[in-house]
Amino acid sequence: MAAQIFSAILVIIIGVGGCVAYFWGANKLVDLIFPSRGVTGAAAIDNLRRQGLVRPWLFVGPAMIILTIYLIYPVIATLWLSFFDRSGTSFVGLANYEWAFGDREFRSSILNNIIWLAVVPAACTFLGLIIAVLTDKIWWGTIAKSLIFLPLAISFVGASVIWKFIYEYRGQGQTQIGLLNAIIQHFGGQPQVWISLPFWNNFFLMIILIWIQTGFAMVILSSALRGIPEETLEAAVIDGANPFQIFWKIMVPQIWGTIAVVWTTITILVLKVFDIVLTMTNGQWNSQVLANLMFDWMFRGGGDFGRGATIAIIIMIAVIPIMIWNIRQADKETEGH
Amino acid sequence: MAVATGKSFASRFGVHIAVLIFVAIWTIPTLGILVSSLRDKGQIIASGWWNSFSSSSQTEAGRLPPASAQAEKDGKFVLQGNIFGEGPVRSISAFGVKAAAPTQYPAGTSADLGNGITLQVDADGTFVMSSPKAFEGDRGQRIYYASSAPPKFTTENYKTVLFSEGIGRSFMNSLTVTIPATVIPILIAAFAAYALAWMRFPGRALLIAVIIGLLVVPLQMSLIPLLKLYNGVGSFFGVPSKTYLGIWLAHTGFGLPFAIYLLRSYIAGLPREIMESARIDGASDFEIFVKIVLPLSFPVLASFAIFQFLWVWNDLLVAMVFLGTEADQIVLTAKLNALLGSRGGDWEILTTSAFVTIIVPLIVFFSLQRYFVRGLLAGSVKGG
Repeated sequence: MAAQIFSAILVIIIGVGGCVAYFWGANKLVDLIFPSRGVTGAAAIDNLRRQGLVRPWLFVGPAMIILTIYLIYPVIATLWLSFFDRSGTSFVGLANYEWAFGDREFRSSILNNIIWLAVVPAACTFLGLIIAVLTDKIWWGTIAKSLIFLPLAISFVGASVIWKFIYEYRGQGQTQIGLLNAIIQHFGGQPQVWISLPFWNNFFLMIILIWIQTGFAMVILSSALRGIPEETLEAAVIDGANPFQIFWKIMVPQIWGTIAVVWTTITILVLKVFDIVLTMTNGQWNSQVLANLMFDWMFRGGGDFGRGATIAIIIMIAVIPIMIWNIRQADKETEGH
Repeated sequence: MAVATGKSFASRFGVHIAVLIFVAIWTIPTLGILVSSLRDKGQIIASGWWNSFSSSSQTEAGRLPPASAQAEKDGKFVLQGNIFGEGPVRSISAFGVKAAAPTQYPAGTSADLGNGITLQVDADGTFVMSSPKAFEGDRGQRIYYASSAPPKFTTENYKTVLFSEGIGRSFMNSLTVTIPATVIPILIAAFAAYALAWMRFPGRALLIAVIIGLLVVPLQMSLIPLLKLYNGVGSFFGVPSKTYLGIWLAHTGFGLPFAIYLLRSYIAGLPREIMESARIDGASDFEIFVKIVLPLSFPVLASFAIFQFLWVWNDLLVAMVFLGTEADQIVLTAKLNALLGSRGGDWEILTTSAFVTIIVPLIVFFSLQRYFVRGLLAGSVKGG
């Protein structure tokens, strides 16, 4: 263990030192090859121009190399692999895609993913918005927000343990140690094994993600709400609007853009949800989702890279519209500068 | 937002109540595992954690010794002993033999179980069960009893998980993964962000678009090719394919788009005059970056560091693909996942382990919340 800590510290030193040395050294090298001081006239201007051509690439170079290896190449390779068999050696055309759409488990995952996509972003945004509005009105709102925000720091696995404890089931009549069944039993209901209830178990898994992500929506929306010009609200009050009209007709339309950002961010997160399903049910009882199915196929029976890649591509296809929208938004912003 | 939409006392009161309910729903789950992790192992399964402070009676179940322990006395077969065995003695108020009626008989009375069998349980846990016929079977009589035990809190669970369940070691592994994977991307991203914000070069707009595109690329797209690549590199050089170096670089790669995006938008917003006056004074880009941009960017660097730290610490997927599951590599999240499989019902182990895994993020989160929120507001399109 001591060796492990030592090597970690060594890596930080080498990594940081290496980065500094690279940037500093490369910079010096450019100055040496194209000197701008000590030469005169046209030569100096020429060298300055050359420096200007080279230096940006020295700065973005390391980032570009790492991005290429870890993201750009894999995206292309995954697409490529999705047309190959399990070991990635022989070309099978669209066979993996045909398999996917004929596979019962895959179709059930798609269906579950659609339910997740319909429920979680909507619930998080809605709850986040309500909590943001309510906490803005009370003196202890900041503390309340902090506490609701807190689950965002917890890992999905940790959150799964927390909620598994809440869903814990004991036979009827026994002392329930799971909070949910204890409440149900207290009011005379029948305790349930929540995570294996057909269909509804999906919702008990979704609650975990909603619990984690509502704080995120709340913080972003709360800051957007504070940006609403007060005159618009005052005008509405003078015109005799009631609180609900003010909320729906004055506040919500003004923060529409922020709501869209929150919604899409959570949508992307939902598409990748993996940890919660793996730890709660591992896809049993019809609770499978694409990301977990993909992980499963990566290692199932020694791993089927073709099918795994195919499932990854399906997830990617769902993300592409958001990606394009983001790039367009960013383009608009830079044009505005 | 100074406009109070509801002015009456009732509606203000309603707002307080509503927020209180939300806060309760959002904190009680975490409180549950914190309280449980500090409870005695036996009490966790005996009563709900919300009852842990009261010493009021709790109903428990136990089993009397099997038939082999019986003795014959005065023509009757007798089983006797103490329900609590060697454990701490609590005070029993009532007992029963059916799950539906666990407190049918008051302590100290003799219960008639039919066929001439009688069972008496005293308040201190001693029992006598006698029967005219010999007891049979390997499993003793199921017995339920209401006992009042003083609430018992202990740090024993923490000792167990840290030192004998391997959580302590995993904690070190998580730190080993997280710290370099947080530090390395910062410098690389900062230089790139500066170049993308303040240097003119062909292809800059395209690069920015690519990075914004990469923000939302699902991690799943990278896993298989990288796994193949790592296996290939491993077998080519004859080294293991699952190494800390591998995961440091992987986390660096996955964190970079967000890092560059976040830092670029901040650095681009720095005042132009400062850069230009420095340039007129003869400072090179490198000097401007190191002496002006880096110090001014401290808040956003802190934001990114917190994000990346939490992200890497909480990650399960990357760790499961690129690290082994042996004791010297398994990180906390993966370990917790493994414990869920192997120690499924042992809530004292699970709640305590879960709390150990979330304690570091919670500390980071509470002490640096300001930076965290700022990062969140600046870059709410994080993909990864």
